[in-house]
Amino acid sequence: MNSFHPYLLDRRLRVAHALVWGAFVVIGVGFFRTQILEHGRFKLQSETNRLRPIILPAPRGIITDRNGRVLADNVPGYTVSLLPGAEPTLDAQIASLRTRLERVAPLVRLDSAGIERVVARFRRAPYQPALVMADAPFPVVSQLEERRLLVPGLVIQTEPKRYYPDSGVAAHLLGNVGEVTEQELGQRSGLRPGAQVGRDGLERQYDDSLRGADGVRFVEVSALGHVVRDAASSTRLRPEAGEAVHTTIDLDLQRYIARIFPAGQRGAVMALNPNTGEVLALYSAPGFDPNRFVGGVDPSYWRLLSESPAHPLLDRAIQARYPPGSTWKLAMAAMALKRGIVTLHTRMPIACRGGLQFGNRFFRCWMAQGHGELTLQEAITQSCDVYFYQLGIKLGLTSLLEDANGWGFRTRTGIDLPGESPPEFPSGTEYFDRLYGPRGWTSAVVLNLAIGQGENAQTLASMLRLYQMLASDGRARPPYVVHPAEGPAAALDLAPEQLAGLRQAMISVVQRGTARGAQLGSIVIAGKTGTAQNPHGPNHGWFIGFAPADKPEIVVGAIIEFAREGPYVAPLVARVIARYLGADTTEASEYKIVLPADTAPHEVQILPALPDTTGRDTLPRDTLPRDTLPRDTTHVQPRSRTR
Amino acid sequence: MFNRVRELDRPLLGVTVALALFGLAALYSAGQTDVPTQVTTIWQRQIAFLVLGAVLAGLVFRASPRLVEWAAPYVYGGALFLLLLTLVIGTGAGTAAGTKSWIVLGGPFRLQPAELAKLAVVLMVARWAADRRSPPATMRELMTPGVIVLVPFLLVWAQHDLGSAIVFVAILFAMLYWVGTRPALLLLLVSPAVGLILAFSTAAWGAWFLLILGLVLWWRIYLWEAVAVVTANLIMGVVALPFWRSLAPYQQNRVLAFLNPLVDPRATGWHVIQSRVAIGSGGFLGKGYTLGSQKRLAFLPAQHTDFIFSVVGEELGFVGVVAALTLFITLILVLLRIARRATDQFSSLVVFGITGMLFTHIVENVGMTVNLLPITGIPLPFFSYGGSFLVTCCAAIGVALRVAWESRLSGYTER
Repeated sequence: MNSFHPYLLDRRLRVAHALVWGAFVVIGVGFFRTQILEHGRFKLQSETNRLRPIILPAPRGIITDRNGRVLADNVPGYTVSLLPGAEPTLDAQIASLRTRLERVAPLVRLDSAGIERVVARFRRAPYQPALVMADAPFPVVSQLEERRLLVPGLVIQTEPKRYYPDSGVAAHLLGNVGEVTEQELGQRSGLRPGAQVGRDGLERQYDDSLRGADGVRFVEVSALGHVVRDAASSTRLRPEAGEAVHTTIDLDLQRYIARIFPAGQRGAVMALNPNTGEVLALYSAPGFDPNRFVGGVDPSYWRLLSESPAHPLLDRAIQARYPPGSTWKLAMAAMALKRGIVTLHTRMPIACRGGLQFGNRFFRCWMAQGHGELTLQEAITQSCDVYFYQLGIKLGLTSLLEDANGWGFRTRTGIDLPGESPPEFPSGTEYFDRLYGPRGWTSAVVLNLAIGQGENAQTLASMLRLYQMLASDGRARPPYVVHPAEGPAAALDLAPEQLAGLRQAMISVVQRGTARGAQLGSIVIAGKTGTAQNPHGPNHGWFIGFAPADKPEIVVGAIIEFAREGPYVAPLVARVIARYLGADTTEASEYKIVLPADTAPHEVQILPALPDTTGRDTLPRDTLPRDTLPRDTTHVQPRSRTR
Repeated sequence: MFNRVRELDRPLLGVTVALALFGLAALYSAGQTDVPTQVTTIWQRQIAFLVLGAVLAGLVFRASPRLVEWAAPYVYGGALFLLLLTLVIGTGAGTAAGTKSWIVLGGPFRLQPAELAKLAVVLMVARWAADRRSPPATMRELMTPGVIVLVPFLLVWAQHDLGSAIVFVAILFAMLYWVGTRPALLLLLVSPAVGLILAFSTAAWGAWFLLILGLVLWWRIYLWEAVAVVTANLIMGVVALPFWRSLAPYQQNRVLAFLNPLVDPRATGWHVIQSRVAIGSGGFLGKGYTLGSQKRLAFLPAQHTDFIFSVVGEELGFVGVVAALTLFITLILVLLRIARRATDQFSSLVVFGITGMLFTHIVENVGMTVNLLPITGIPLPFFSYGGSFLVTCCAAIGVALRVAWESRLSGYTER
């Protein structure tokens, strides 16, 4: 039989048909399984392949002054990031990221350490573009755009960038922003690697509400990692801007202070509304430009700031402690009045003849020829040390310490700014016991404490709180910039007429006493000068004043370090007050430099010396008086203090 | 002219045109990517190749089966010469830069002789079997077709084009089967190859060897053939490992990646993984014509040649896949019908050989896109970009059209 007999052919054909159908059914089942049954898995994989999430940073909330004028704003800036490739393992992705980084390194001025930083960022958040340059200048951006094809995965996007229109005017108040650190990521929740967070100042204090919620967009990338386009907008999550922070600051006043603050001097000025505690201005000098911190501070600028002997990053209003000097005398007077030990017209047994003999030591008054016989009011006006030595003795150490502690002279004011230093003051007599031994000291310490020297170092904010109480009804209102602090507030417990008497004394200070240069024709200013001994050079000058004296609306304190040429301090404060009250500042424009007469006498060493265990680590400590009379036979060491 | 067209086998013509248009549409889409690519405009060149193929099919159609039968040795000889020439001056090209399968014709045009040789082998084997009265019953009788296939097989193998080489073997077995060779003989013939694969597991190879030994005794074939089969199986078991080592690394990787694509996800397995992702993410209705993201963003490799069916799967979904497969089944069934009704043995064998060739290409190419079969890189008829294979397919269809026309002319009736 022929092998091509139709019967045989049909038989073979049937087998062939079966084979063909069998093969196609297997293939069909294969596709059914892949496309229908495993569709979800492959769809996900295809999306992961092509989509990369890119964070859209939320603009930080703006910070305004009390009138809505902007202190901290956002402007568009460029960030440069790199996406990893589609490599299957993290190590392979890092390797490809490295090659890409090396390609852009010359353009974005990235050294090998910088490359490692970017790789570390990527390791923390794989699948996200790794930030290469936070605030890229436009020429760099255009150069990169030209080379986009050579560098796969390049993501250049505009991101809101912090901008401080007044740059250094409110630097310490506002703080600055910077990239979140590894440590912060562990401590605070809700932060993503690479986020910009507030550092210092209001930016730090209100970071959580200022920060807002980041958005995300998805871009499509090719197999090589080139960004092709934005993915469909449905997958886009818009960033939500942070909440605006409205401060109590008066920008006009703040600017004015920055303008008139003596150039090149170190110090601080702080203004409060005595009736509410609202901070109207807070200025510290020298300052810095917070704009230069945005997008990563330049190492040379950082070195300049951190190594400068002037410590420009220190907020001298709340972080630096100084001996309060004669500004303390109002605290002494208030304590004595409250306890009924004296009245405003009480005279002391010993008239001022230039000093006071106490035990075997002679305590000087700043005025060598003496003030003669004075009432309390006159003693305040003339800032007579001899009067206050005797007042201190009358009051007694225990009462002094008790009242000072009760009025908060060793606690923070609670201002809503980070990093406030607590003032230093003994908590009680056991403080001296601990330091010198129970019998190692005498009640003579009260003499030094009475004139604002000794174991007493106050911040500008804490001294201002005393004058705020004096300027209002005697109750403390914790200073605040945005929200007042909660909790019980101290009070002076003085009768209204006692308060009025003290104010009258302070008016006399300006009109006839030590701050005559601060007098303004139309406005009655009350205030008190002070001089803090400084072992490192010229003394520090204080002036704290308020006005109008009959119904105070503003209390302004200022400290200027090394105000050797006589405090600019009182006229400075007077001009600030005049500016705020809208008085004609030309009245105060006769910027008479009046040498303050009440330079504190050198502190008399009455306690045994202690070895210096503190070292010179921080500036506030350095500003404490460390030396005493050069002719004093006792060699004096700075006392070690408990923090 | 139009009369002639009307006399053509309409199902074959129709399904061919449909496949050519479908393929062209897929190729156009393959060029639509978001990443700069050189394949954006190749669909225009594919049209040129289609025109060339149609002209060639027309010419082939004019040649009677007798002329074709007479010319077979010359075509075969010419093909062997081109294959030899390729070994000397061949270059790599396109997505197959690792092989040396092309002869540069000048300008951008290159010829891939291996594709033409497939048709030549079909003609030559058909010519050998055409005048046989009875099917080959012994191994000795299979020597001649074996050599006819072995020569181009080795030449193509030497070009490192494993896929095409396997197609030759498939053609041989298809045609031997159509001639009427006993399946037992075919099984014994193929047994050394199976043994080669099983040799990687000693136990599996041992079982296979005992089975072959039993079959040889059961079927009581000629002694020397039995000895040859058993010896060949033994040798395969021994040489398997050296043979494996002789394979090029990319060939080894393809086999390994087939077994487990995740072995080397970046290099070889990448193709399979991305192809499956493309097809799987297409789902039931697909992502839309030209909109496949795997293809657009260059995740899919060789999307215009080896993996063009993945583009279909991704963009047109399961529906598109079933439509394409239906067209392919129709093509195969129509060709089988033509082979069945052919007026003479030579024509029938040629058409069946062509069917076997196309079937092998379709199953292998489509199968590998979903990891049913290892990657061999052979083109999909009418879909993959490539002039040589497209023209070969057109010529093959031309032959089939002529055979169908002859049947119709001779007043075919079911005998």
